[in-house]
Amino acid sequence: MIYLDHAATTVLKPRCVAEAVAEAMTSLGNSGRGAHGASLGASRLVYETRALLSDFFGADGPEQVAFTANATMALNMAAEGLVEPGDHVITTGMEHNSVLRPLYRKERQGAELTILPADKRGCISLKDLEQAIRPETKAFFCTHASNVTGNVNDLARAGEICRRHGILFVADVSQTGGILPVDMKAMNVDVLCFTGHKGLLGPQGTGGICLRRGIRLRPLLVGGSGIRSYEKEHPDQMPEALEAGTLNVHGIAGLHAAVSCIRQQGREKLFRRELSLMQMFYERVSRLPGVIIYGDFGEEAAVRAPIVSLNLGQEDSAWTAGELSARFGIETRAGAHCAPLMHRALGTEKQGAVRFSFSHMNTEAEVEAAADAVEVLSREAAL
Amino acid sequence: MTFPTTTDAMAAERLFQKAGLEGRLIPVPGFIRAGCGLAWSAPAGMGQKLCEAAREHGTAYEECQEALL
Repeated sequence: MIYLDHAATTVLKPRCVAEAVAEAMTSLGNSGRGAHGASLGASRLVYETRALLSDFFGADGPEQVAFTANATMALNMAAEGLVEPGDHVITTGMEHNSVLRPLYRKERQGAELTILPADKRGCISLKDLEQAIRPETKAFFCTHASNVTGNVNDLARAGEICRRHGILFVADVSQTGGILPVDMKAMNVDVLCFTGHKGLLGPQGTGGICLRRGIRLRPLLVGGSGIRSYEKEHPDQMPEALEAGTLNVHGIAGLHAAVSCIRQQGREKLFRRELSLMQMFYERVSRLPGVIIYGDFGEEAAVRAPIVSLNLGQEDSAWTAGELSARFGIETRAGAHCAPLMHRALGTEKQGAVRFSFSHMNTEAEVEAAADAVEVLSREAAL
Repeated sequence: MTFPTTTDAMAAERLFQKAGLEGRLIPVPGFIRAGCGLAWSAPAGMGQKLCEAAREHGTAYEECQEALL
C-alpha cells in the first residue's frame, strides 16, 4: 500500500506513538479521579500534554487547553458555546462540514450567518471579511488550510482584523496543526480547535480546544469532572469546565509522544520534506494532458498544506481513486471531502476530486509511483 | 494546600518539585473542604513558602492549612 491520504488521518506515525498508547493502557488510571499512583500518573501525563500543546500553539497556558475527541467536537463546542440567537457569525466557503454544520444549526436557532465566498481557485479574500463585519457580529470561524486544495488562509491577518473590530476569532487548524506554524498570541486567535490524528501524528480520538484566557465558553457536555462533586453545576474553571467525563488518557499519551517527536525532529524540517514531496508530485502530474488540478499553486501560495487534488478530465473521481487503489495500491480520497462549498466553488460538486495528501514519512519512490499511476490513467482516459 | 482543580494541583506539583520544595500530593483529608480531591502535603512550617511560590508563578490554590496528619 502507498498511503497518500494523510489529510484524512496519518497512518504513517512514529513508532513511539503506538508504544506510548500501549504503555498507557497497561499502567495509567483515570486522570483527576484519585490520588493513587495510577491516577496521579494519568493526571501528570495529561497536564504535561496540556503544557506541551500550549507551548506548541502559543496558547495562554496548560489550563487553557481542553481535550476533546476530535476537531469536530471542539468546533461544535465553540459554536454552541459562543453563538446566541441574534448574533451574526462569519465563516468561509473553504470550511469543512465540521464548521459549517454547527453554524447552520445556529442559523436555524436564530443566528445570522455570512459565508465569505471562495473563488474558482478555492481562495477567499480577507477584504471580504472587513466588509462583512457588522455591529452585531460575534465571531469569525476560519480554517487555516482547505482540506481540499491545501491553500492556506493568513490567520495573522484575519486575527488582526478580528481584534481591531472586537470580534472573536475561532481558528480550525485540523489540516495544519503539526505542519504549519500556529501561534495563538501572534495570530490573535481566541479559540483554537485542533485534531490529534492528522499532522500532529497522534491517535484518532484525540483533539482539543485552546481558549485565550478570559474567553468563556458555555460547555456542550456536563457531568463528572473529578472536582466540586457535590455542586449541581458543572465547574466553570478551565480546563475541567470543558472536559466532562473520563478523558482519553491512552490517546493523549500517544499524542504526547507524537508532539514530542515533532518537536524533537523539527516541525519546519518535516513540513519542508512534505512540501518537497508534494511539489515533486505536482510537477509531474501538472504536465499531463487531461489532468485538472484544483487550488492555487502560484508563488504566493508557496506555503500550503501538502495536498494535491485533481481529476482526469471528466472522469468520476470515485472511479479514478478506485483504479488507483485496485490496480496500483495507491490510497487516496475521492468525493466531496465533507467540504461542499469548496467543491461548489471549484465546479466539482458532481465529479468530486481525487485528493493526494503527503507525509514526511512517504518516500520519493512512492511519490513517483503515484505520479506514474496518474500518467497511466490519464493516457487511458484520453483514449 | 488545596486546589480548585486537578490541573491546578498538577501545576503546583510541577512548580514545587522544580523549586525543590518538599512534599507530595495526597487525597484531601476529610476535615478539609476543597474543590479538588488532591492536596499538597508538606512538612510543618512550609506553608508560607508554598503560598509565596504559588502566588509568584500564578498557580491557583484554594487555601493553605496546618494540621497534624
